[in-house]
Amino acid sequence: MAHAQRPSQLFRNLSAKIAAIPMIFTALVVFVGGTLWTITYSFTGSKLLPKKIFEWFDLFSIPVPSWIAKDGALDFSIPVGFVEKSFVGLKQYDRLWGENRWLISIENLFIYGICSLIFSLLIGFILAALLDQKIRFENTFRTILLYPFALSFIVTGLVWQWLLNPEFGVQSVIRDLGWSGFTFDPLYNAEIVIFGILFAGLWQGTGFIMCLMLAGLRGIDEDIWKAARVDGIPMWKTYIFIVIPMMRPVFITTLVIIAAGIVKVYDLVVAQTSGGPGIASEVPAKYVYDKMFQAQNLGQGFAASTMMLLSVMIVLIPWAYLEFGGKKKNG
Amino acid sequence: MSFMKTGLAAAAAFAFATSAQAVDLEVTHWWTSGGEAAAVAEFAKAFNEGTDHNWVDGAIAGGGGTARPVMISRITGGDPMGATQFNHGRQAEELVEAGLMLDLTELAEAEGWKDIVHPSALLDSCTLDGRIYCVPVNIHSWQWIWLSHEAFEKAGTAVPTNWDEFVAAAPKVREAGMVPLAMGNQAWQSAGAFGVMTVAIAGVDAWSAVTIDKNADVAAGPEFAKVFQAAADARALREGSNVQDWNQATNMVITGQAGGQIMGDWAQGEFQVAGQVAGEDYTCLPGLGVNEIISTGGDAFYFPKNEDPAVEAAQLELASLMLSKEVQVNFNLKKGSLPVRGDVDLTAANDCMKKGLAILADGNILPDGNQTLSPDTQGQIEDLMTEFWADNAITAEDAQARYAAIIADAD
Amino acid sequence: MVDIALSGPRGPKPRKRFSRRNIFIYGTLIVVALYYLLPLYVMIITSVKGMPEIRLGNVFAPPVEITFEPWVKAWSEACTGLNCEGLSRGFWNSVRILIPSVIVSIAIASVNGYALANWRFKGADVFFTILIFGAFVPYQVMLYPIVILLREVGLYGSLTGLIIVHTIFGMPILTLLFRNYFTSIPEELFKAARVDGAGFWGIYFRIMLPMSLPIFVVAMILQVTGIWNDFLFGVVYTKPEYYPMTVQLNNIVNSVQGVKEYNVNMAATILTGLVPLVVYFISGKLFVRGIAAGAVKG
Repeated sequence: MAHAQRPSQLFRNLSAKIAAIPMIFTALVVFVGGTLWTITYSFTGSKLLPKKIFEWFDLFSIPVPSWIAKDGALDFSIPVGFVEKSFVGLKQYDRLWGENRWLISIENLFIYGICSLIFSLLIGFILAALLDQKIRFENTFRTILLYPFALSFIVTGLVWQWLLNPEFGVQSVIRDLGWSGFTFDPLYNAEIVIFGILFAGLWQGTGFIMCLMLAGLRGIDEDIWKAARVDGIPMWKTYIFIVIPMMRPVFITTLVIIAAGIVKVYDLVVAQTSGGPGIASEVPAKYVYDKMFQAQNLGQGFAASTMMLLSVMIVLIPWAYLEFGGKKKNG
Repeated sequence: MSFMKTGLAAAAAFAFATSAQAVDLEVTHWWTSGGEAAAVAEFAKAFNEGTDHNWVDGAIAGGGGTARPVMISRITGGDPMGATQFNHGRQAEELVEAGLMLDLTELAEAEGWKDIVHPSALLDSCTLDGRIYCVPVNIHSWQWIWLSHEAFEKAGTAVPTNWDEFVAAAPKVREAGMVPLAMGNQAWQSAGAFGVMTVAIAGVDAWSAVTIDKNADVAAGPEFAKVFQAAADARALREGSNVQDWNQATNMVITGQAGGQIMGDWAQGEFQVAGQVAGEDYTCLPGLGVNEIISTGGDAFYFPKNEDPAVEAAQLELASLMLSKEVQVNFNLKKGSLPVRGDVDLTAANDCMKKGLAILADGNILPDGNQTLSPDTQGQIEDLMTEFWADNAITAEDAQARYAAIIADAD
Repeated sequence: MVDIALSGPRGPKPRKRFSRRNIFIYGTLIVVALYYLLPLYVMIITSVKGMPEIRLGNVFAPPVEITFEPWVKAWSEACTGLNCEGLSRGFWNSVRILIPSVIVSIAIASVNGYALANWRFKGADVFFTILIFGAFVPYQVMLYPIVILLREVGLYGSLTGLIIVHTIFGMPILTLLFRNYFTSIPEELFKAARVDGAGFWGIYFRIMLPMSLPIFVVAMILQVTGIWNDFLFGVVYTKPEYYPMTVQLNNIVNSVQGVKEYNVNMAATILTGLVPLVVYFISGKLFVRGIAAGAVKG
């Protein structure tokens, strides 16, 4: 970054600025504008169509005496006050936190999130460490572990729905082997359905985490290993006390990537369980979609998506502070 | 909505440029099961053969819950289709209020819809401020239970003739290794079954007080307590029906894997496609055999406003066609629903349809929940019901308390 | 720097071929690999079984009789409503969405990355930070505002609209990728070109572009898999006429006529996953490099 040029003349910057217009547009209009729009409308009672908090028209229209303008041809633009249209305050949020379905969604997200974080980091790291042992067929193994990542969540969800189907899948196979009392039907058992989804999620995602970890491991100086061997430190100790602390940046980035992915979980649940049985596997993203488009209650959907945004921010802001705050100091 | 207009104007300009009499009219709907697809093919055939225009089928799978969002975003997004299905009632209310739907009043008056549509309540739910915005195409009632003769034979009991007998026979069905009550896992199915039980067990008055007048006291009262208790008991009967879609559950009844299913009369179409005969292979009991009354919900077609006069003309032609005698008969026979006009010949109808027609003729009818409750309230009830039916830990009392709270907040 | 990341294993050197350690490593890896391959295996064998066999046997049993009927049905006969064209329609739609989306999004993002890396102007960092934050905003927050944006410009429901949406949502990660790559190109080249009087576009086309072919390939792989696998945008921002393959897949799987035809569903599933899988297998190391470069160097 240090080499970045700061051309002094304004006109030289011009083409760069013009070239950056799509980026500026996306950042400001779509990301900032869209977010603000959603937050604003979460305070309204919008149903099928968005209802405004107030009408600009109401703000600007004061009756103009007829001797000033005939037929209202002349219009004065003077705000005459805040005219409420469909402002409902925090009512949508009140309702949101009173809805059992939302609470279950949050709970599921929490369980799924924690488990997914722990297991994908753990499995990803162990697999990466195994692949890093100068083994043969490393490429083959890596290809196999990573291919699910190329598939869409819809595909993953369908395959696992099929594998976990109690009539044909794992359960029936094990029963056929003679263990007739065996029960394993995560997708039809409200208590454990979220783990059924976790199964599929991990299958798809750990390969990717492994790749990140592997890249991190390869970034570590080989001398570290030599030194550890000379000192007679066992391998597992080297990993835990030396290598992992050195990979801190990789872990943080990975953590953020996993976390952002978790909040977005939607397709997988739709394809695998549609939120069932009952509402046992609902997730926030699905709540938002269903309320906005199916129950025709936009206000409620906006409120829920604002809460999702908030939770992402809670994860992101400390990370951004650590990452970028630190970098600035280093120059 | 000026931005809407620019979009429409652009679309219209394009349409003018390619101006031709024959219009490709895209029609969106969520009819994708075997019986439904056969029924919608009747519309398409009549439209393609009876007019110069072309039916472009826009089926969206996954039920109304999946399809409606797509339809609504397209209409509000300024890219309307030629015609679209909704359940008539309050689903499209705001779209009509926002002026996005074609006003069909002139056509309706010219053809005298008021006199031919029976019961007249159907047309009322298409009416806003005295103007007509949709064409009702069929009457669907929820209040049916479908029973498999094969299953009860295997269980060694007679086919039940009402709900109480069904509950009494259920243990034997279970012992014989079958599921007494088939029910798909989608939310609308559990909510629907509950509604049916309400009419049968709590009675029409209590039902109307809650569903029409939104009286929360009745919802919390003793009549509804009985319904919730019955539903809690029925919950045990459905255990083991691990299917999603309603027609997969119906298929369990058809193949004798399940004793019965509470489902609207559209299930009829599935039995028909499977070649089963009412009274021989299966039995249908309106009002669960307790309270012979049916609700008159159903499907209606709305025609989003379009500035191209050629499209508008085609829309009106389709609207008129959908109500014509011949199309009404052909469509409804395939769909398993009742026609919206009383003056058509339905000798070809089977046993179950005839039962329905007789009840309709006697005037034992109710409005459908879709006509009285907003989609938002419906959604809340569905959330509650799907949770209640799937989770044995929720007691009848808890569920009733939550139900009453939803009704108290209903708009 | 990316290259160093994958230059070779760094762990302790292996000793004997059949040491306990090796047995443990290979044993574990083989078991894990089998677990990862299992779903693919099940998909493939299920898709070539007939329905009666599926109802009788278990999912892991190899097919007794191989039939390609389900594949034919999934590709060209499966029905949604009255449309019985199977997935083929969705395939071509996906292609029509994919090609322009990939080209436009990469073109824009590479120029953005170049401007950010070499022509930093005041405020650029602010926009970039917002953009990166945007990568983590749940799509649901943006869903409705974009419906309105597209409606106002009259592009709602059109292919162009969907291409714009893909460009917007691909921008954060791609811009990051390009910015990081261009930053790693030796500054002397850039300076020399400036001395020669080359301008913004001149340097981009004559120096940056030829030097960064690998990163373009990586970006392409990322976008092809990402856009091909998209479901949400396809269903919200288009109409049935333009539905991409994933949406069609979901439609076919969910329009049950009678019984669920698992074999057709599985064949459809494989067909839909085929394009990204092929891209993945062909690109091999580049794919890994791409995701690693995009993520680790954030």
